[in-house]
Amino acid sequence: MSVKSSSKSVLVVGAGIAGIQAALDLAELGADVHLLEQTPSIGGRMPQLDKTFPTNDCSICILSPKMSECARHPGITLHICSSLVSVEGTAGDFNCRIKEHARYVDPDKCVGCGVCAEKCPVKVADEFDVELRQRKAIYRYFAQSIPSNYVIDAAHCLQLTKGVCKLCEKACEADAINFKDKDKFIDLNCGAVVLASGIDPHNPIGYGQYGYKAYPNVVTSIEFERMLSASGPQKGHVVRPSDGKEPGRVAFIQCVGSRDLERKHDYCSSVCCMYAIKEAVIAKEHSKGIEPTIFFMDIRAFGKDFDKYYERAESQFGVEFTRARVAKVTPADDGNLRLHFTREYGKRDSEVFDLVVLSVGLEPREDMAELADKVDVKLDEYGFCRAVPFEPLNTVRPGIFACGAANGPKDIPESVMSASGAVAGCARFLALERQEKVSKKEFPEEKDVVGERPRIGVFVCHCGINIAGVVDVKDVAGFAGTLPNVEYTEDVIYACSQDCLDTIKEKIREHNLNRVLVAACTPRTHEPLFRETLREAGLNQYLFEMANIRDQCSWAHMHEPELATAKVKDLVEMGVAKARNLFPLQKLPIEINPKAVVVGGGLSGMIASLAMADAGYEVCLLEKESELGGNLAGIRNTLNGADPRELLHSTILKVEDSKFITVHRNARLQSIEGYIGHFKTTFEVNSQKPEAKSKEPSVEYDHGVVVVATGARESEPAEYLYGKSRRVITQLELEKRIADLPRCKTVVMIQCVGSREGERLYCSRVCCGQAIKNATLMKKMRPGTDVYVLYRDIRTYGLAEKYYGQARDLGVVFERYDLDHKPELEPVDKSDPDSKLKVKLVDFLLDKKIVIEADLVVLSAAMDAPKENEQLAKMLKVPLNKEGFFLEAHMKLRPVDFATDGVFMCGLAHSPKNIDESITQAKAAAARALGVLSRKVIEAEGTVSWVNPDRCTGCGVCVKACAYAAVELKEMTMGSKVVKTVAEVNEALCKGCGACAASCRSGAINLKGFTDDQIFEAVSAITT
Amino acid sequence: MKEPTIVGFLCNWCSYEGADRAGDARLEYPANIRTVRVMCSGRVEPEFVLHAFREGASGVLILGCHPGDCHYKMGNYKARRRISLLKKTLEQLGIEPERVRLDWVAAGEGERFAKVANEMADTIKGLGPLELS
Repeated sequence: MSVKSSSKSVLVVGAGIAGIQAALDLAELGADVHLLEQTPSIGGRMPQLDKTFPTNDCSICILSPKMSECARHPGITLHICSSLVSVEGTAGDFNCRIKEHARYVDPDKCVGCGVCAEKCPVKVADEFDVELRQRKAIYRYFAQSIPSNYVIDAAHCLQLTKGVCKLCEKACEADAINFKDKDKFIDLNCGAVVLASGIDPHNPIGYGQYGYKAYPNVVTSIEFERMLSASGPQKGHVVRPSDGKEPGRVAFIQCVGSRDLERKHDYCSSVCCMYAIKEAVIAKEHSKGIEPTIFFMDIRAFGKDFDKYYERAESQFGVEFTRARVAKVTPADDGNLRLHFTREYGKRDSEVFDLVVLSVGLEPREDMAELADKVDVKLDEYGFCRAVPFEPLNTVRPGIFACGAANGPKDIPESVMSASGAVAGCARFLALERQEKVSKKEFPEEKDVVGERPRIGVFVCHCGINIAGVVDVKDVAGFAGTLPNVEYTEDVIYACSQDCLDTIKEKIREHNLNRVLVAACTPRTHEPLFRETLREAGLNQYLFEMANIRDQCSWAHMHEPELATAKVKDLVEMGVAKARNLFPLQKLPIEINPKAVVVGGGLSGMIASLAMADAGYEVCLLEKESELGGNLAGIRNTLNGADPRELLHSTILKVEDSKFITVHRNARLQSIEGYIGHFKTTFEVNSQKPEAKSKEPSVEYDHGVVVVATGARESEPAEYLYGKSRRVITQLELEKRIADLPRCKTVVMIQCVGSREGERLYCSRVCCGQAIKNATLMKKMRPGTDVYVLYRDIRTYGLAEKYYGQARDLGVVFERYDLDHKPELEPVDKSDPDSKLKVKLVDFLLDKKIVIEADLVVLSAAMDAPKENEQLAKMLKVPLNKEGFFLEAHMKLRPVDFATDGVFMCGLAHSPKNIDESITQAKAAAARALGVLSRKVIEAEGTVSWVNPDRCTGCGVCVKACAYAAVELKEMTMGSKVVKTVAEVNEALCKGCGACAASCRSGAINLKGFTDDQIFEAVSAITT
Repeated sequence: MKEPTIVGFLCNWCSYEGADRAGDARLEYPANIRTVRVMCSGRVEPEFVLHAFREGASGVLILGCHPGDCHYKMGNYKARRRISLLKKTLEQLGIEPERVRLDWVAAGEGERFAKVANEMADTIKGLGPLELS
């Protein structure tokens, strides 16, 4: 399908993490993005969260840089306090009308000082803090709001409702209050629309038996999240609402508003198990006296590294897990609460807790139906956007995409992936061209600071209580002020908030600073943000240094506050010493070769290739097997009935038909060299004809980006008589034979074979769905067959939950086992391994051993990362995790990127996932890659090596030390006479490792940004 | 009494991230380690180590990517050769070679970072503060 579009504009509805990611990716492609948000700040739900699982990253800390980037990006226009009115027209040419509600505060004048709010007499329950505290009628949505201005709540403002007051107007020195402000309608012509409208937490008021709102010490998980948050109403001190005392025993009740057919919420909210574990762990971290217990049905720790987190919560943090559905909560003495529940083995029990947290599910936004009406898209039975089969991000209306939790409950990384994926879908409806310039953004001219005495500004971050909870931040800031060349010092709550970034710029001007040190988190994530801030203030971005006082200090030494503070002082002094020796550096432009290599021709690889080809870029797709399709070729059915064979064939056909994609089957990768924009991949294509003896020559291909889609495979089980009895097969083997299987009376499926234990401490994620799919199919084909599924936890997360219910309705029997009571198999006739099998297990409900005689045993075998990943990881210089899957740049917010620029990943190479998730991630990887391909030039780091020709003796050791052939010996001539031979660095090839500098015998080569002097001075600054 | 100081040179791509991950996971290790970020363990000149000793450090930890995983192909191998030579020199100077440790910590190995840091702290504690005459 080709669409003529003249519009470069795109509308993104909703500015939570999904909307933000979609906006940023679209803007990187050169689109003009309109980001619409109904609250007064972008950010969505993430700023309400304290930490994120499974890394315990501070939620606002990782989001804040993205929020600032959105606000700073020249391609993004924010429309806050806005709503969508209508979307007319067709894909490529939508007429969108939006309404910007009056805010009554001029954003250009408001400085966010907050004096107005102090004076405002009206108190209103604060939505952001889920009504745990009050705000004024003029308010800022939350501390790190972007934009950071105040707005007036017209529904409660006395002036606007009753025509009396104006106290804020009198108080405002910036003259920013404007009571005459009017709602504005804006019409936008857009090529595509992205719906990222997010979710609402379930309101548990309907669960009368749990006593929410009846007993003060019953709170929701989102309320508890705010209680844990350093910026929340209790400043991170967990205390009970009834008496302000620290709770001892805390109970979490899972599945409140999830997996509940009665309330038509028979889907799983996907995130509650993990957030409950996280909240339990964090609460425990805040106060050792807290003893959390989680009441659950199944623990659904299905994502990457989730099971390890679950395991650690139990073993390291002592979180208790009780498998029981809580029937009711009744009041006990002193505001305590008694939980009545039935244990798994049928015994009724009750226990008393100090505080009860209801793990509320996610549901479509209240106004989702209204929004769907306006945009004319269809919703599913639960009210989420209904997707097209195998097009998880498309709505039924072409050109309109849905991402994030708008089309089903999702955690943060999946929201991010779906957002990037939706961007790939948008691209074809937008009139985009390759971008000439590195950035649309114009920065002020850089001030020349060479020769000036260093004037350093030091900003010490509290990071809420992440740092300030351990380190005496004020003391550190005071100490920094005593260091030579430090002209200005300040301690700030969140250094990365837009507020503080503005402060940094202001102080640079006010105090004529020419170096800046920020002592906060890690430069790996935050250095780019602060560097850009320096540029905005007219300073060269390399005049910035960071001291890592959180990740490498306050977090690691949380029980030694004094030593941690001493260490921070040292780190600051080291940073100041380095900053003193910084000098301005220039970035080198790099041209981008607009071609891609995709490694792996499974579903993910093909989808990623197609998405890039669709945008008009040449793709070289390498597949090691003789056929495309990977694991998809072995899949015959899906849970929702969509036909995977059709998907396979149509996708292969599209790939083969594309004039932009060249497919190399039987390809053997030999090497990938180079860097973003300039990769060279060498591979060999083994002839398909066995008679051709001569080896084909190697092929070399130059390209600008790499997408890794090497997949994973079903492992070969090492237990349960697999390979010994013909009656034991794997799920994939069953899938192939299911239609013509001989009649079986009894089939037993065993879950988690090889997963979640031993070397593979991870969930293979797809097996529960696969087992239920195959069990259902067998039941439907031959209703007389008895099918048992032996499981540890059933993990039909998200909208797949209903199929679990259907399977049970059909009579599939689910029996739980645990690692201490694994099922045992033996042939009925011991002399014949192929005779029927006795499956012995303990029935927890009956509390006794049972034996099932099975005609067939099907093993849900773990998904394994291919061994070849190791070789590829080495070629690309990218990391793998312990289990051999590729490790992304950031678990939460960069799920398809590597730390190495220009390299992306998708599909099973990242971790086990199903078809729709693979498609989503493949599109996400393609969109991120398009962000690079769509530029003619990008800039390389300025941290490259530099030769002092006066010192160089031309010995050539550095030439040998350089792994990139970036150093050459050149003859210096004077007239026709060769005066001297000296080394010269080719900056475009130099990667900035410093191997040459370390090898130089005469101290002639130095690495900019990491010079000998800078390192010596930093080391000298350490107090010993 | 204050623990003797250890200076750590951490490569940007693997070990520095490994150290961050140790913090992420709230894995504790002694607070007497001061880290200096370098792009590659191959950037670490023997002189950096000697300078650290001269400035009062009692131990120096150099951490890079695992062999074969260097972001810059061979930097960690270069570090290995340099540091083994340096250890011999140190011995001749009367400094215990155990005061310098070169090891590998990958980006995902927070636990390993904490383990190496703890071990190094124990080693240096055992040797006591470095007294340069």
